[in-house]
Amino acid sequence: MVLELKKSRPIWQIMFSTHHTDVGLLYTVTGLTFLFMAGVLAMLIRTHLFFPGQNFLISDSVTFNRIFTVHGLTMLFLFALPVANGIGNYLVPLMVRYKDMAYPKLNAIAFWMNPIGGVLLWLGFSDTSWVSYAPYSVIRAPGPAADMMIFGLKILGVSSILSSINFIVTILKCKHPDLPLRKVPLFAWSMLTVSLMTLVAMPSYAAALIMLLTDRLGVSGFFNPTAGGDPIAYLHLFWFTFHPEVYIFLLPAIGMMYELIPRFSRKPLYSQGSGVFAFVMLGMIGFASWGHHMYSTGMDFTTKVVFMIGTLAAVPASGMHVFNFLATMWGGRIKFAAPMLFAVGGIALFFSAGAGGVLNSAMPLDFISHGTYWVVGHMHLFLTGTIAFGFVGMVYYIFPFITGRMYNEKLAKIHFIMMLWGTVQVFFTQHLLGLEGMPRRIYDYPPEYTSWVQLNQIATVGAWILGGGFLAFLINLIYSSSKGKEANMDDPFDLGGKYYYPHTAKNPHHIGY
Amino acid sequence: MGHDTAEWVMVGVVIAILLYVGVDSWVVQKEVEDVPADAETIKVTGQQWFWSFEHQDGTKEISTLHVKKGHAYNFEIYGKDVMHSFNIPDYVVFEDVVPGHVNHAWFAPDQAGEFPIQCREYCGLLHYNMRGSLVVEDTP
Ligand code: HEM
Ligand SMILES: [Cu+2]
Ligand SMILES: [Cu+2]
Repeated sequence: MVLELKKSRPIWQIMFSTHHTDVGLLYTVTGLTFLFMAGVLAMLIRTHLFFPGQNFLISDSVTFNRIFTVHGLTMLFLFALPVANGIGNYLVPLMVRYKDMAYPKLNAIAFWMNPIGGVLLWLGFSDTSWVSYAPYSVIRAPGPAADMMIFGLKILGVSSILSSINFIVTILKCKHPDLPLRKVPLFAWSMLTVSLMTLVAMPSYAAALIMLLTDRLGVSGFFNPTAGGDPIAYLHLFWFTFHPEVYIFLLPAIGMMYELIPRFSRKPLYSQGSGVFAFVMLGMIGFASWGHHMYSTGMDFTTKVVFMIGTLAAVPASGMHVFNFLATMWGGRIKFAAPMLFAVGGIALFFSAGAGGVLNSAMPLDFISHGTYWVVGHMHLFLTGTIAFGFVGMVYYIFPFITGRMYNEKLAKIHFIMMLWGTVQVFFTQHLLGLEGMPRRIYDYPPEYTSWVQLNQIATVGAWILGGGFLAFLINLIYSSSKGKEANMDDPFDLGGKYYYPHTAKNPHHIGY
Repeated sequence: MGHDTAEWVMVGVVIAILLYVGVDSWVVQKEVEDVPADAETIKVTGQQWFWSFEHQDGTKEISTLHVKKGHAYNFEIYGKDVMHSFNIPDYVVFEDVVPGHVNHAWFAPDQAGEFPIQCREYCGLLHYNMRGSLVVEDTP
């Protein structure tokens, strides 16, 4: 079956396919769909917070709590992970010159666990917040919502372990024998790193979820102090997974920037070796810092110091990535098409997010920022500012490969300006709100705190601009995939070289490029 | 490999900044955790969704805490149901309420007036309204 680009196929042929480009398409489209769904929730949250006072837009706090919980869970597990896996599915087999993923059926199974997990999360609509701290999640969170969330996350966790195994085997075992591992493109290196990290990190959360469930059923008391358990144990199990997990979200986006920056700078990458080194370093040091989420839980001084050192130790490696990008762009003939704009914007935001991260790692400063909007601003500068920027840039870049057509460049530039503007306006402002002491996850705030009111309104307007940018993205994707100009598949971006991804790769019998 | 001097300089500068941040944090945190010997103990209990206080002399208060300017106070923080976080933003008093654990924080107010007390760890339905106030009295 040779797939011609312009011949449309019935949807079930894609759905039941196990070919890596088809599974990649399913992952990417699913991930983007959840991005827009969770984006609507974000708009509700921000719009509600425009005015203090309880009856504006969302009329009760439980609904508000459910909304921010599902927003967070969806963005992390149903947008960030699936899109990374989607692009990984498209590109990793090409990069290691193999005909498909190592285990195509396992690949499709891992994908289909995502919609199932997603349905459980959305039908449950839990109010535990994405971290689901015990004992709230054990003794107070209403079922069946919380239980459905636990099952949903369980399924998504298994899915991410399965897809990690698949990437690891594809890269290490199915790599073309003529291709030494150190020469494998950096995006594939990022997928290898995060897949290995997933195998180490995920089991502790998997255990914590089971323990939460049995605690909720009343047959155990791991995290329930009235049954002799300890909530702090949950926090350790949770953050042992989720600090490394933040790098698992991040590194594929950095890998995508390694695809974009040299191409659009029309210059070879500054240093492959330093990119590989920085990935591997982050992959290891990422495990040494989970306690920075727990400074204020009553941790003793020495433990805090150890975790602070572990956190700071990861920063030089992040700096090496930024350096590598800048050194690659230096003196290049840069073409600022949409993918490059997003990559460069993402790097700038990555830098500012990292600088803020260093500040919350410093123990005394974290007692000012923890639990406030500062942390919300910090993580969103990474999640929106860096990860979503990298993903969006990559989606634009790979668009001709997927559809055979070009997206609308003008609309994409408008998208970029709105997204950059919005991101800065919302998330920098949230840092300031944190410094003003506003706690996160609050449904309402006192109207007499005028600085809170003003900053919230600035942030909300920023969120609307950001949302408008994503609307432009959605329109562009839908319109251009059927009506866009036909792409010149040899060099769709006019960079004067060959397009990296040969459309013949969609033929199931292809062998790399 | 393309490692050249510029990259090493960058790594060196970053490490120097991190060393500064780390050492400074160590010094400041050490100071912050050094409770004065004459600090009076106040027991704080956080529960859904209000704060209660018990002074050393046995007086109890709910939601509003009265203290004297210029004295040092050591909070013993207890929890009853779920996690909360005891926070007086203006004095950077901040420590989690963890049921089953007793946590500590101390402060010495140096300005009279009324200051907000709030919860900074999500605790459910009325988390947003788990507020109280601190009244610092100007009596010598
Ligand atoms: C330079 C690297 C980084 C440093 C030094 C850093 C440091 C920190 C610290 C100290 C905290 C705890 C703040 C608090 O709760 O008081 C934190 C929270 C957080 N960070 Fe980072 N971080 C870094 C990179 C990242 C990246 C790359 C991501 C995501 C891709 C990320 C996502 C988060 C999230 C989600 C939280 C808050 C989780 C929550 O409480 O809900 N961070 N970070
Ligand atoms: Cu972390
Ligand atoms: Cu609370």
